[in-house]
Amino acid sequence: MSDLDTQIPTAFDPFAEANADNAGAGSKEYVHIRVQQRNGRKSLTTVQGLKKAFSKTKILKDLKKEFCCNGTVVEDPELGQVIQLQGDQRKNVSTFLIQAGIVKKEQIKIHGF
Amino acid sequence: MASDNPTDIKDELSELVPFDPTKKKKKKKPVAQDPVEEVEKLVEPTENLSVEDAGESVFAGMKKKKKKQVELDIDDDEDGDGEENNDGKVVEDEQGEGIVFGVERFPWEGTDRDYKYEELLGRVFNTLRENNPLLAGDRRRTVMRPPQVLREGTKKTVFANFMDSCKTMHRQPEHVMNFLLAEMGTTGSLDGQQRLVVKGRFAPKNFEGILKRYINEYVICNGCKSADTILSKENRLFFLRCEQCGSSRSVAPIKAGFVARVGRRKAGA
Repeated sequence: MSDLDTQIPTAFDPFAEANADNAGAGSKEYVHIRVQQRNGRKSLTTVQGLKKAFSKTKILKDLKKEFCCNGTVVEDPELGQVIQLQGDQRKNVSTFLIQAGIVKKEQIKIHGF
Repeated sequence: MASDNPTDIKDELSELVPFDPTKKKKKKKPVAQDPVEEVEKLVEPTENLSVEDAGESVFAGMKKKKKKQVELDIDDDEDGDGEENNDGKVVEDEQGEGIVFGVERFPWEGTDRDYKYEELLGRVFNTLRENNPLLAGDRRRTVMRPPQVLREGTKKTVFANFMDSCKTMHRQPEHVMNFLLAEMGTTGSLDGQQRLVVKGRFAPKNFEGILKRYINEYVICNGCKSADTILSKENRLFFLRCEQCGSSRSVAPIKAGFVARVGRRKAGA
């Protein structure tokens, strides 16, 4: 009987894996990258859905330096802080975020023409 | 001559002997190469050797391997010739007798080997296509017409085939329109002639891309890849039901996302 008692409690935590996955950046929420048109050939890239823990201004600064474009962080009442960049930077942003380890490839959704 | 040749042979043997143990130790790949090299090496001395002296000793180790290679070649040639001959005979028979004899060349004829997986697969699909073409149909969306886009003024684009495409997909025009506008990030509406007018300048290729995405997500069934699907709203969720296989999966509702402020700001607030 004492043997049975010692065998039952195990260190196996069935939720360990689920928690570990959730601890990843973005945690099941998607990062949407969209593009909009402006005057003429000009366009605007929008990145929405990054985790609150990240300092968007710092990310923005790096993005601006990398892609030589201007950008800003816009406060949206429901969607949080959204990064806005000049030009069609969807692919650039996507590779940048994946390489920096901020987001996983499966969490990025690219919209737009 | 005779005295020289044995020494030559012995030298070659001594060259060969150290090779033999290394041959055994090495893996198969070098072994495959070594015989070739040794054959090449031996080619020159054999030219020097007379036919009588080209005895068993020199060729003892090499002969067998050579034979194997040669035999393999011969076998392959024979098989190839055999098959061709058979076909030739069959053809002749056909011509002679005038009876259709089924000139199907099965790659496994002539040998006793097991069927390969690809052969079996091919047979299955051929039989299926002949007897039951409906089930083997892999025809996908080749009938959908390309989107026709026209410019309306400088700032607007008109999607002329909009209703047509919606009907081909068996989808509600509102649903498709919502998706298009959300993806493009612009505004638009249906005009009097049921054409979709979108604000902005877009190329047909852009429309095609977005339509493809729509189809892949909201029209095509995951299991059977058929386009016979119906979109229905059940319990506040959108479900995609397939007619061909009966599977049902949920699809995400179309959300517009963040739309940045472009254009002029109204004076004041």
